Amino acid sequence: MSKVKIITGTSAAAEAARLCDVDVISAYPITPQTTCVEKLAEFVANGELDAEFIKVESEHSAISACIGASATGARTFTATSSQGLALMHEVLFIASGMRLPIVMMNANRALSAPINIWNDQQDSISQRDTGWIQIYAADNQETLDSIIQAFKIAENEKVLLPVMVNLDGFILTHTVEPVELPDEEEVRDFVGIYEPKHAYLDPDRPITQGPVGVPSCYMESKYNVQNAMNNAEKVIMDVNEEFAKKFGRKYGNGLIETYNIENAETVLVAMGSVCGTIKEVIDDLKQEGKEYGLLRIRTYRPLPINHIREALKNAKNIAILDKDITFGMNKGAVYTDLAGFLKDKKTTNYIVGLGGRDIRQDDIKEIMKHAEKAEDGETKWMGLKEQ
Amino acid sequence: MVTVGTIIYEPGNSTNKTGSWRVFKPIMDKDKCVMCENCFIFCPEGCIKEKDGKFEIDYDYCKGCLICVNECPVKAISSIREEK
Repeated sequence: MSKVKIITGTSAAAEAARLCDVDVISAYPITPQTTCVEKLAEFVANGELDAEFIKVESEHSAISACIGASATGARTFTATSSQGLALMHEVLFIASGMRLPIVMMNANRALSAPINIWNDQQDSISQRDTGWIQIYAADNQETLDSIIQAFKIAENEKVLLPVMVNLDGFILTHTVEPVELPDEEEVRDFVGIYEPKHAYLDPDRPITQGPVGVPSCYMESKYNVQNAMNNAEKVIMDVNEEFAKKFGRKYGNGLIETYNIENAETVLVAMGSVCGTIKEVIDDLKQEGKEYGLLRIRTYRPLPINHIREALKNAKNIAILDKDITFGMNKGAVYTDLAGFLKDKKTTNYIVGLGGRDIRQDDIKEIMKHAEKAEDGETKWMGLKEQ
Repeated sequence: MVTVGTIIYEPGNSTNKTGSWRVFKPIMDKDKCVMCENCFIFCPEGCIKEKDGKFEIDYDYCKGCLICVNECPVKAISSIREEK
């Protein structure tokens, strides 16, 4: 039986890992992720979850332990944030290169210096090219649902890539919302049993994992990862549909979600929890007779280029919000990714909410107004104080 | 064809006889050996093999780390410098 609980985003993530019956968890605590692994440790200690909880001394070791576990064929989960994710950096490539379907919860938090524990998305954006699928959740229910979906996507034979489910630090990780916990049996039936053909530990069938990749095979191995990303697009959509049929909730087409986009000339593009604020503003302005749209990118990698282009085909002004910055270019990563294939559109970029700076409804309205009048390619830092 | 995750499914696939890297060579005295299996367990390269009830060193892959010499409780394994 499913039940509704009033829980935080980190608790929702931990509940999702429990529902998916993970075999191994290895993680190191870091604000604002800590409550997730605390909850998982509690589940293991109480016998509510039959899993191995590997305690480690750093995030580098946490993800390394996950790779070892996943290489034996175990369903593996980890969670981190910010500096912790940065410390995992070199190992993230190994997880995708060895095609290990590890699922990670990342609490989006700013990177030092100055040290800051609040939300932006610089941490996960900086791991863009590591070969991990990246999903950005907009609320706590989506966090739980995305982690359940993530195991099914990651373990699909056509994909076999690790998945990072991102949720905004504090805005979601430490805010309680009603979250429907699906029935345990139904979730286990949905995700199935993971039986890999490429990663297992069996003395009777010895294999070599993670060998040297000499120049004559390295490029092919990376091309395989790219192909898996291509396949992932359809798998993510299918899993979203299947999830909707079973549990009654869906998130756009799994890759993107649109809101009032068909009526609007000006469309905002954003990821994560800020989309909730944008929807409120769109509703308010609709009552005044003004039409604005939202395109929420749910999966940043694989980036659903064709879906984004199709969704924006009637838009005139495209305002792209970034909770990150590419220094030396004065643009955010989402903007630089999209501008390349939206060449025939007027695109503007807004750097918002770095280090937990609030993004208020008035900021969204200002962005909408600015996008209508601005020149193509303009960048604006929102809420920047006079210096 | 490059497999998923560049997995190699064939065991014993090293064609490069890495024994040529050796500077020191372990020599086993089969008469002193008591078959305690210490060398077999400790050899990091899996180069101690059992043949006709006695242990043997596989010099094709032994790199001469001499851990077996150190671990042998009855000093059945000695070492010499490789002559090239």
